[in-house]
Amino acid sequence: MKTLGATVGAAGLAGGSSLLSACNRVEQVNGDKITLLTSSGELVVVDRSQLKPAEIPSLTENQKRGREGLPGRSWVMVIDLSRCRNARECMRACQKHHQLRPEQHHINVLQMQDTEETAPYYMPKPCLHCDNPPCTKVCPVNATFKREDGIVLIDNERCIGCRFCIAACPYSARVFNWFEPIDADKYEGVTYNIEANVPQKKGTISKCLFSADRLRDGKLPSCVSACPNGVYWFGDRNEDAVTNGTTKETVSFSELVEKGAAYTLMKELGTKPRVYYLPPKDRAFPFEGDIS
Amino acid sequence: MHKIESPEESRKLLDKIVSDLSQSMTKKDELTRFWFFILICFAAVGLWGWIIQVKNGLGVTGMGDYVSWGLYVANFVFFVAVSLVGLLISSVLQLLKISWAKPVSRAAEQIAIAAVALAGIIIVMDMGRPDRLLNVVFHGRFASPIVWDLTVVSTYLAISVLLFYIPLIPDLALLRDRPAPGLPGWKLKLYKVLALGWKGNEKQYKTVAHALRVLMVLIIPIGLSIHTVTSWLFAATLRPGWDSTIFGPYFVVGAFVAGTAAVVILMYVYRLRYGLKDYYQDVHFDNMGKLLVLVCLVYLYFNVNEFLVPVYKMKLADGVHLSTLFSGGYAFLFWFVQIVGLVLPVILIVMKPFRKPLPLTLISVVILVSAWFKRYLIVIPTMEHPFLPVQNVPDSFKHYQPTSTEIMIMLFSFFATLLIISILAKLFPVITIWEYAEEKGIDLKYLSEKSESSKS
Repeated sequence: MKTLGATVGAAGLAGGSSLLSACNRVEQVNGDKITLLTSSGELVVVDRSQLKPAEIPSLTENQKRGREGLPGRSWVMVIDLSRCRNARECMRACQKHHQLRPEQHHINVLQMQDTEETAPYYMPKPCLHCDNPPCTKVCPVNATFKREDGIVLIDNERCIGCRFCIAACPYSARVFNWFEPIDADKYEGVTYNIEANVPQKKGTISKCLFSADRLRDGKLPSCVSACPNGVYWFGDRNEDAVTNGTTKETVSFSELVEKGAAYTLMKELGTKPRVYYLPPKDRAFPFEGDIS
Repeated sequence: MHKIESPEESRKLLDKIVSDLSQSMTKKDELTRFWFFILICFAAVGLWGWIIQVKNGLGVTGMGDYVSWGLYVANFVFFVAVSLVGLLISSVLQLLKISWAKPVSRAAEQIAIAAVALAGIIIVMDMGRPDRLLNVVFHGRFASPIVWDLTVVSTYLAISVLLFYIPLIPDLALLRDRPAPGLPGWKLKLYKVLALGWKGNEKQYKTVAHALRVLMVLIIPIGLSIHTVTSWLFAATLRPGWDSTIFGPYFVVGAFVAGTAAVVILMYVYRLRYGLKDYYQDVHFDNMGKLLVLVCLVYLYFNVNEFLVPVYKMKLADGVHLSTLFSGGYAFLFWFVQIVGLVLPVILIVMKPFRKPLPLTLISVVILVSAWFKRYLIVIPTMEHPFLPVQNVPDSFKHYQPTSTEIMIMLFSFFATLLIISILAKLFPVITIWEYAEEKGIDLKYLSEKSESSKS
């Protein structure tokens, strides 16, 4: 039954789940209905007759296409700091999707204050998917790499756990599996999906992947979709289009960053991030953090 | 160097030298047994700690997602540093034909081998997935400083072993031919094999001298690169405190300080334990003291550059880092290392009475201990202060505190180093016999004479 659970997808029925991600059967209700756990962490009940085996690529195939990326794409993210009120839905959705412990953040909403006189603000910080990534440079085994479509990915089947990439990343974007990952026994035997970096593995690195598995399915990243406040815009630089995860509105990327006076984080380091920030001007919500 | 003409005198002196220098191998008493017992116990406890760590994950250490390198990496840097003294004493000083350094080179080489071997082991213990070590070979990326480090550290270990072994061959033959009383049979068999059928003719000595010269020259670039590349593990990142262009030479000089201190301590131990007063004389300590002053002063110069230049500018991130060192949480350790570990020793050792064996050894202990803390200060404070604020994580991620498992594993590395040195001293002479005999004016032809006991 385990293999069935691992290879059966509830695509089409369980909205938001990915074909690629393995679904785990957790409980069988009766002969006709079945309860499934989707890759986004929801429990859904579906009719058994509706189930068909998902096309889960083998590990090698998965790793191969995971390294190649999506042809012709150039993913970018724009984060509107004026709209963030620290709802943390992005963090929750992300931790669910990537099977993270509560202290592990692929995306972390930070409280920032640039100078004593300026106002504090919330800053969601994913991996910036730099075009000159300091992390992939130092990896001794090519376990973290930059894809054609701009995403910096990790192969935790290859990572040796030296943590040089953590030391090299100036944005503290990487986390390490210091212990056995959360629910490790539940995901035992599940084929590793490089584009979601799940199941997580003890002694290896993890970080934000722009939900590469969801992008392959034509969906927005988990954090972008989960935001209730319209903070995130995500899209393809080649198409010059970004979509807001909350309003689903699609606008011109170049216009958005130009008109909004977007900037990148610590650009003086020369890392060339792919994540742009719109300054926290005319904020939609008051700041209620610890620093004031 | 005067030549001893009379064969009787030569033979008599040679017998005395052989018997003196075999002390380390023949001496058998409670203390030796106790020493090995202690070493093996602690090393075993540390290994046990490592097994726990492999089983439960690196989370058993005090490291977290921010301070993701801790004691192990600091220890790695320390061991690489200490091992560099092999390059300084058994290569540079020998190539400069500094004759007093000859009897010291064996001790330096012992330290080099033990330290660089443990550097390799401790870095594997730091890995999250030690089972995937061979990935570095199968999937090695030439652009990663870790791959360079692995290459040079293993090369350095290989050359150090050769530098230890090749000058030993005539000694092994000597011990094979005139066994000192008390040497167990298995050791004699070992010497016979390792002596490679040495006959002691002029051609062989020439070959040894030639091979040594080649190795001494080879080890200079390799030795410099091990510590330079090790410094690049830090300097190749963008982090304040590590993002420095002088890290290579800074580390190399710091390594000479730590290594020289370690050699002084080992010399003193050998002198005391094996009664080698005539071999490690006061003049050797005097000279080692002067060498120590020199390297300490150069290191001080680098420290001034490394700290005063950024402190003058106080760039934002550098400023945070430097304040924690100068007046923050690490201030005590920082000033201890700089003043007690560097400035004070220089002031003291400049005075002749402090270059006597005992005072110099005590000062060296202080230098070596602060050299270890210096590595700690290089690795940890920088990681505690990344560019972006540390938020939404447990408090244990914010300040690094080594756990007992971590300390156990660190103690393993220390005791394993001492164990390797002790085994080397137990197996092989701590001073090269033939070089010393030659230095004393004994014609080398007497060395290949068989002793009475082995003839019969």
